[in-house]
Amino acid sequence: MISVKNLEKTFGDHKVLNGITETIEKGEKVVVIGPSGSGKSTFLRCLNLLEEPTGGSIIFEGTDITDPKTDIDKLRQKMGMVFQQFNLFPHLTVKDNIKLAPVKLKLMTDAQADKKAMELLERIGLPDKANAYPKQLSGGQQQRIAIARALAMNPDVMLFDEPTSALDPEMVGEVLQLMKELADEGMTMVVVTHEMGFAREVATRVLFIDQGVIAEQNNPKDFFEHPTHPRLKEFLSKVL
Amino acid sequence: MQEWFRQIAEDFSQTFIEEDRWMQFLKGLGITLEVAFLALVLGLVIGIIIAMIRSAHDQRRSQKKGPGTVILNIANGICVVYLTVIRGTPMMVQLLIMYFVIFASSQNQVLIAVLAFGINSGAYVAEIVRSGIMSVDAGQMEAGRSLGLNYRQTMRSIVIPQAFKNALPALGNEMITLLKDTSLVTVIGLKDLTKTAMTVQSRTYEALMPFVGIAVVYLVIVMILAKVLSIVERRLRTGDKR
Repeated sequence: MISVKNLEKTFGDHKVLNGITETIEKGEKVVVIGPSGSGKSTFLRCLNLLEEPTGGSIIFEGTDITDPKTDIDKLRQKMGMVFQQFNLFPHLTVKDNIKLAPVKLKLMTDAQADKKAMELLERIGLPDKANAYPKQLSGGQQQRIAIARALAMNPDVMLFDEPTSALDPEMVGEVLQLMKELADEGMTMVVVTHEMGFAREVATRVLFIDQGVIAEQNNPKDFFEHPTHPRLKEFLSKVL
Repeated sequence: MQEWFRQIAEDFSQTFIEEDRWMQFLKGLGITLEVAFLALVLGLVIGIIIAMIRSAHDQRRSQKKGPGTVILNIANGICVVYLTVIRGTPMMVQLLIMYFVIFASSQNQVLIAVLAFGINSGAYVAEIVRSGIMSVDAGQMEAGRSLGLNYRQTMRSIVIPQAFKNALPALGNEMITLLKDTSLVTVIGLKDLTKTAMTVQSRTYEALMPFVGIAVVYLVIVMILAKVLSIVERRLRTGDKR
C-alpha cells in the first residue's frame, strides 16, 4: 500500500532521514518508536508530504507521491492524519470540523456529511458535543474528534503523529482505546508513539528509528523481548 | 453667568444656524464619510491581496523552482517596495503628490482623496492582515492540507476566518485612524467636515463653536464605529468560550 524507497530528508545541513526503505501492507498496524530527534515524526510527515523529502521515493497505492505531477491533494484524501496537538479548527463547531473537508471537496452533500458526522460522533461517544466548540472540550475529547474528522474522509490509511503525547495521563486511555477499536476493524495504521503498551498490544510490526534509519524492526513480541540492536536495548531499558 | 450662556447661544446660532450653515456642515460630513468609506474599502482590497501574496511567499517551503515561484517572487518584491514607500512617507505628502503631480489635470478631488487614502491605508491593512495570518498556528494549515484541501481552500475556510478574528482589533484601529486622517483633504481644497469648519470660522471670526463642534462629530462617529467593532468581535469569539 505504501512503499518507501531510500527516503531522505535534510533540513539545512541536518540530515534527519538517512535512507529509509520500508513497505507497509494493507491492514498492517505499524508502530514507529525511537528517541526524540530520531526522525520518526519526520518519516511519518513525509508519507503524506507534509514534509517534502529531499531524496528517495514514496509510492502510495501505485502512485509516486514525490512526483511533482502527482495531485497530492487527491492522495491526501485517502490518508487520514492525527496530530499531537489535535489541530481542530477552533472557529468551527465539532460537527462542522468533521463536515468541512467532505463538503468542501464535494465528496458528500451537506446532509450526507451531517449524517456521517453524527454517526462518527455516536461511535466515539460524543454525540452530545456536536455543537460545542473544540476549546470547550478536554484534550482527550478533542483528539477523539480529530480522529473522527480524519475518518470522515473514509481514508485507506491513518497516520498518527504522537496522538497521546499532549494529553493529560488520565485521557490517554480513551484515545488509545479508540485507536485499538480502529485497528480491530482492519484499518491500516502507522503510529508514531511513546506508548509501549499500545505497540505491544496492537502493532503487527514495530519499527525502531534511530539517527534517521530503521535500526531494527520485528513483531512486537520479539521486538520487546529479544531486541538485538544495542541502541534499541538501551532505549527499551530506559522506557520500559 | 447668564451673560456667558447668552454668548454661547449666540455663537452657536451664528456658527450652525444662520445662513443655514448646518447644511454646509452636513455636506462636509457627507464628504468625510464618503472618502473614509470608499478609502476603507479600497484599503481592505489592496491590503488583503498584498497580505495573501506576502504570506504565500513566506510560507512556501518547497525548494522547487518553477514559473509560479518566479511570479510570486516578483509580486512579493513589488509589494515590499509599495509597503516601504507608503509607510515611509507622510500621508499629507502622498496626498499632495497625488493631487498636484499624478492627477494634476483632474479636478475630481473626491476620487483623488479616495485613491490617496485607500492606497495609504492598504499598506497598513496589508501588514495587519499578514500578522493575523501568521498568528494562526501552522498546525491549522497542516490539518487542512492533510484532509485533502488545497492551499486556497485551506486559506479560505480555515486560516483566513481565524486570521480575521485575530486582526480585528488592529483593523479597527486602522479604520479609526483613517476616518480621522481624512481631515487632511483640506490641503487639496476638498470641502469635508474640517474644511467646512475652517470656512465658517473665516466668515464668523469665531473659532470655538466650529472646531469644537466638528471635534464632537468626529468623536461620536469614532465611538459608534468602536461600538460596532466590539459587537463584531464578540460575535466572532463564539469558539473561544471555555
